[in-house]
Order: sequence, then structure tokens, then C-alpha cells
Amino acid sequence: MATSVQRNLTDSRPQASSAMLKPGPQIVPSAVAETANAVRVRGLSRRFGSRDVLQNLNVDIAAGEFVALLGASGCGKSTLLRILADLDREFSGDVEVPHRRAVAFQAPRLLPWKTVWRNVVLGLPGGADRKRALEALEEVGIGHRADQWPKVLSGGEAQRASLARALVREPDLLLLDEPFAALDALTRIKAQELVGELWQRHGCAVLLVTHDVEEAVLLSDRVLVMKDGIIAHQEVIDLPRQRDVADPVFAKIRGNLLDCLGVRHGTHGNS
Amino acid sequence: MTIAEIGPVATDRERGRKRLPPERPRADGLHLQRIDPVSAKGQGLPRWLRRASGPVALVLLWHVLSVTGALPGEVLAGPSTVLSSAAALIETGELQEAMWVSLSRALTGLAIGGTIGVTLAVISGLFRLGEDMVDAIMQMMRTVPNVALIPLLIIWFGIGEAPKIALIALATAFPLYLNVYAGIRNVDQSLIEVGRTLGLSRLAMIVNVVLPGALPSALVGLRYSLGIAWLALVFGEQINATAGIGYLMANAREFFQTDVIVVCLVVYALLGLAVDFTVRTLEKVFLSWRPAFNGT
Repeated sequence: MATSVQRNLTDSRPQASSAMLKPGPQIVPSAVAETANAVRVRGLSRRFGSRDVLQNLNVDIAAGEFVALLGASGCGKSTLLRILADLDREFSGDVEVPHRRAVAFQAPRLLPWKTVWRNVVLGLPGGADRKRALEALEEVGIGHRADQWPKVLSGGEAQRASLARALVREPDLLLLDEPFAALDALTRIKAQELVGELWQRHGCAVLLVTHDVEEAVLLSDRVLVMKDGIIAHQEVIDLPRQRDVADPVFAKIRGNLLDCLGVRHGTHGNS
Repeated sequence: MTIAEIGPVATDRERGRKRLPPERPRADGLHLQRIDPVSAKGQGLPRWLRRASGPVALVLLWHVLSVTGALPGEVLAGPSTVLSSAAALIETGELQEAMWVSLSRALTGLAIGGTIGVTLAVISGLFRLGEDMVDAIMQMMRTVPNVALIPLLIIWFGIGEAPKIALIALATAFPLYLNVYAGIRNVDQSLIEVGRTLGLSRLAMIVNVVLPGALPSALVGLRYSLGIAWLALVFGEQINATAGIGYLMANAREFFQTDVIVVCLVVYALLGLAVDFTVRTLEKVFLSWRPAFNGT
């Protein structure tokens, strides 16, 4: 799949690069060998005041690859996502992302004064195409809600609408910023399944920011663990799809990742 | 102590064997409260009737005081007198004409003032340069009480219709300006970000995100402006009016006709209500996307 990498976001503000003393281990290559990259990030740094949130970070995401980005709160994972979404240009370094990209945030962020279907096709070239909106809504299973106001949708439905709005743009890169964090447990399981299906159908690269280890292992080809502004660890998940949480290999990977995040797993003996 | 010995869990057989006291009825020990469903509670009078009862009682009291002579006609005419003089004024067509004149004054002033206020608010809300140019001036002028401008307005515009409408326009421009400006500036930042990720152009962002987001605040401003328009109208009509409700009132004052004055007051109130109703309807139409809050 050929991804048109059209944008080269290079910050005009040079930054004192001498601050990066110990960049730590850096994981560069993507799991899928030698395909076109959907995301290429080199030497990305971002500071808020005197705090370095991202320090000389390198990431590649292959076209069509599903990457999960794990990390504790405040480790900079959302900052990275916002930079990739072109919502934040106060960085230094080299960032290349596809021209066609879409974002789904933790809150659905639907415009409350537009009906659901108008939200879905907002900003698409060619005006408000109801048919296209309905197709996208059918795909996420809420076609019957097309004419409602967003405020009357349930949390899960609103999040589905937000996904439809992202996917109707046929993105080469889909950025998901903790999209399931605010959903209840049952809705979350369904939404995760849906995202897995949609990804397989659309074949876009996905960056899923989350702090749910299980979700990351369940959905992604590769899990990146972020710590102190760099990618501290990566785990390639080559389990077959329709993964089983109860699978011992799954559990082992999850354990590794939890260790990486500094969360002791299985404190009763098995360390 | 086994579990079986703890009161209510004990079966009858065990109770017989161990000679436990018979189980007390639950309701004696626990103070239960019955929760009735809403429909079962006596709704009694319909809501509108309950709401109307207060004003009706007030009018009745007024009537009683007038009839008994506790409230002399020179101080305040009774409701029956007010009604009959209203009927007389309507019959001659004086009242309708005065209402029409006053209403069109208020609306003309509001249209001019509102246009100015909204335009300036959009300029200073959307553009940094506009904010620097406009906002400081508006914030400064807003502190001048409008009514204090009447002498200047008379010097500038004479004593015809112009100063009255100018006063209303001036008075209504500010609430709309302030609220529209605040509305634009307080549009949810997360929705602006969505607009950016959806690739909206600047114009599309303003049309689809910024202005609809500012609309609730703008309608609040409109309500304030309408309230003030009425106030400014009353003041404005004191300037040598030759028509309108204010003129009727000024005449009535000359002849101590408290009944006509009350009729005029009622008309002011009714016009205010009608306009308020219009704004509410506008809100219902334009803000239908908001979850309705009806109170309880």
C-alpha cells in the first residue's frame, strides 16, 4: 500500500539539543520489514517550560501497521499523538505523517449542534453527503442514529460516531487517543472488537495511545512503551488474530509489559 | 456462636429446638418509608392553574382595597376602572396606535444597536487586531450610563424620533456585544481542535464551529438587550413625545388619570412579555440540539 507522505513538519524554532544527554535505548525500525512507512519520526523533542516531555524520540510506523503506545500518565504519549495529528507544532525534530490522517479522541468531541450524520461528513470535500455518512455509520453499527443530536447518544454510540467520522476520511493513518478509556467495561470490549475489525477492513496504519496493557496486546502488531520522553521498550506481538486473553503467551507478554511499566505483576511468588 | 443462632437466618426447626424467640415482623424493627410513584401522588391542580393563582389573588386584593375605599382612586385606580378605561382607549384606537409607535421604536433601535453590537463582537472575537481596536473602546464606553447621554443626544439629533431610537440603539448594542464576544471567545477549544483535525478551512471553522458555539451566549445577550430596549424606550419617550405609550402616560399624568397610567404600565409589561416569548421561541428553534432542561 503506497502511502503518500506529503508533509514534513519541521519546527522553525531550533532548540538547544545539548539538553539531550542520555537519550537511552531507541527503537527505530518497524516490525514490518521494508515497507513504506506511514510515520517517520526522527529526533523529536518537545518541552513544556523547563520540562522535557519528549527527548530525541524516534518512531516508525509501517503502512497498515497497528501500533499501540503504552505509558503511565504524563509520559508524553498524548503529546506525541498531538504532534502527529498536527495539533502542536512547538517541537523540534523531523516528523513525517501521511497527508490523509484522522483522529479519534478520548471524548467523542462531536459538534453538539450538528446531527450525527452531519458530524460524520463535516469537512469532507464535496459537501454534506448523507449517503456516505450513512454508510460510515452503518459500518460502526449506528446507522439508525444518523438523524439524532449527539447529546442524546450513549457514550459508546458517540464514540462509534467519532470512529465513523475518522474512517469516512479513508485515512492512511488513524490516531486513537485513549478512545475506550471513558467507556464502561462491556461497551469497551465491543468497541475494541469493532476497532480491530475496522482496521482489518480499512488497512490503515493505526497508532493507539492507551494505558490498558491488555487492550494494547489484544489489538496491535507492536506495542511501544514510553517512559521519560523516549520509547523505552517495544514488544512485537505475533500472536494470531482473535487473540485470547487466557492464552499463556498472551499472559506472558502482558506480564512483560506490566514489568516494563513498573507495575509489579504477580507479587505472590512468580515474580 | 454459630450462624444459625443469629435471628432471622435461623430456620423454624432450629428455632423450635433452641427455643429462640419467635421472629419479629420486620417492619417493627426497621423504619420503612413508602416511596410513591409520581403518577400516584395527587397532582391536584394543573400547573398553569397553580401558577396563575398568585397573580389572581393579587388582583383580587387590589380590587377589594379599591372597592372598600382603602385605596383611593387618585393614588391608584381599581382594576375595574383600569379595565373600563382600557376598553375606552381601545375603542378610540388610541392605545393600538400608541403601542404600534412604541413597539416600532423599540424594534428599530434594537435592530440598529444589535447590528452594531454583533458586528463589532464578531470583529473583535475573531481577529486579534479587531480585539485590540474595538474591545478597549467598547469596554470603556459600556461604563457610561446610557441615560446620561440623553442631553447630548437631544443636542445632536433634536427632539424628534432620532434621539429616542439612538438611545435605544446605544443601550442595546452593549449587552449583545459583550455576550457575543464572550461566546466566541469561550467556544470549546476541544471542538476547535476537532475542526483542525478534520481539515476545516478558516471560514468553515467559523461557520461550523465558532458561530454555532457562540449562539447560546448570543441569545442570552439578545434577551438582555430586549430588557434594556424597553427601559431605554421608557426614558426615550420622556423626550417630548407626541405619540406612543410614553405620550399617553405623560398626558395622563397631567390630568391625574391613574387608570390610564396603569393601562400604559400593563401595556409595557405585555409588550415585554411578548418579546420575551419571541426570544424563547428563537432559543427553542436554534438551540434544539441542547438537552432540554425544563426544571421540576
